[in-house]
Amino acid sequence: MDTKISIEAAGKTFGDGERDIIALQDVNLTVGSNEFVTFVGASGCGKSTLLRCIGGLETLSSGSIKVNGAPITGPGVDRAMVFQHYSLYPWLSVMDNIKFSRLLQVNRENSTSADVEAASGRADALLDLMGLTHVRDAYPNQLSGGMQQRVAIARALLPRPQILLMDEPFGALDAQTREVMHDLILHVSKLEKTTIVFVTHDVEEAIYLGQRVVVMAPRPGRIDSICPVKLPAQRDQDMKLAPEFLLQKKEILTRIRETAGMRTDRELLERMTRQAETQQNDMQ
Amino acid sequence: MSSEMSSLSFPRKVMSGWCAYWVIRGHLSRRTYLLFALAGMLLPLAAWWWLSGSGLMDKVFMPGPMDVLSRVYNWYKNDNLLHDMWISTYRVVAGFALSAVLAIPLGLMIGTYRPVQALLEPLTDFIRYMPAVAFIPLVMLWVGIDESSKIAIIFIGTFFQMVLMVAEDVRRVPITQIEAAQTMGATRSEIVSLVIVQSAKPALLDTLRVTMGWAWTYLVVAELVAANSGLGYSILKAQRFMQTDKIFAGIILIGLIGLVIDQFFRWLHRKNFPWLYKK
Repeated sequence: MDTKISIEAAGKTFGDGERDIIALQDVNLTVGSNEFVTFVGASGCGKSTLLRCIGGLETLSSGSIKVNGAPITGPGVDRAMVFQHYSLYPWLSVMDNIKFSRLLQVNRENSTSADVEAASGRADALLDLMGLTHVRDAYPNQLSGGMQQRVAIARALLPRPQILLMDEPFGALDAQTREVMHDLILHVSKLEKTTIVFVTHDVEEAIYLGQRVVVMAPRPGRIDSICPVKLPAQRDQDMKLAPEFLLQKKEILTRIRETAGMRTDRELLERMTRQAETQQNDMQ
Repeated sequence: MSSEMSSLSFPRKVMSGWCAYWVIRGHLSRRTYLLFALAGMLLPLAAWWWLSGSGLMDKVFMPGPMDVLSRVYNWYKNDNLLHDMWISTYRVVAGFALSAVLAIPLGLMIGTYRPVQALLEPLTDFIRYMPAVAFIPLVMLWVGIDESSKIAIIFIGTFFQMVLMVAEDVRRVPITQIEAAQTMGATRSEIVSLVIVQSAKPALLDTLRVTMGWAWTYLVVAELVAANSGLGYSILKAQRFMQTDKIFAGIILIGLIGLVIDQFFRWLHRKNFPWLYKK
């Protein structure tokens, strides 16, 4: 497997001067071609920041991110991004949303009619793949959350990006819709041979989708551990109940809890309970 | 369901129907809505009619609806009402259009680029608090007393508010819509024209609709300035001659023109932004 993305000593600091927040510190990782890597971690661990840096929406304070060996300088069509929500254009129909990147291309160069036709064919194929054919002329706000995310994924895939960056794309969906979307995105990654970097707060989702789960830790944001997933390549929903799946889920959850400083919260709760009890005793 | 309903005693049925109206953000059938809207328009009219006919107030101070109607007819017949309506509408629309043409690009720049915001927004905020009326002497000195001075006052009254509202509309464009375009390889000018402007358009039209109302309120002020025609001027002149019915007529006519323009903007909104109305 050749290297697609290599992150070298990446660091990111927010703020200017005295009250700096270190969002990322010395992050090193390589992602292979057509690999599916998922990121989990307590809030503030920098997983979304790292994804945005790969996408070129944020710039690193130190270190570098290379795609195919070349350092990235900003957003690019080789790296498509799917956001959690509000990224579709409500004034465009489903089809026009999907073809938006094509519209940008047409603006820039004198494309031939053959190019336009090829893009239309591609859009139709994606519409079909995502199960959106019957809503091609609908507006996004006429669709359910799950359908909207299908449109967002199709739109991202249209220019055949090498890398698909997904920032909690299913975080706002209900559990049943999310399961459907999981199998859909796995299918897409196999069919399109896209390298996928997927950020989530849902550990189960991370294991089910990822070939590797990267656990990140906050303050400062860093990689805590990398867990290769030991499931068969062809996933199916029943695997979520298999003992090895649950074991891995427990391991990762434990790592997240330990790095998030949840134990101090528990101590605080216990102290508050004790205080309440003594107060009650005093009153009696 | 229906048997349950009929088992309710009559007063309870009425009561439950009445209570249903007061559900917070509840629903109302179109017919009931129109009924309430009609009542809201007709009740004040009836109250006015009754008050003017009751003799509680002097006719000189409180003319009745019929007096006002006959004054409107008189105005139309002998006093060139249509010209007054036209010239006032022209002044409002000209002042409004001038400020829209300048405020929209400026607001777009303020809402899009931070340095422009830092450069212009505090200044605009400052000028916004200066009363437009206080500029009248200055406008008369600088612009003179012809048509352009009235347009200038309406412009001063609406422009600075409009800039800030446009900037706010532009800032409300979700950042993810912009970032999605960036990841699809859009250039800066493409993001402005294909995403920011498109996304802000409905809010911009609403801003225009609201500021159009303000432009009308500055009309009367503008026509204080050495005007010899127009609805605002007529209202002011009528005061000198104690023609309260004409004052009423002028105010109501301005209200009606405003209502028509407002409905026009709403129609434009529905026409141009169908995605907001399809659910």
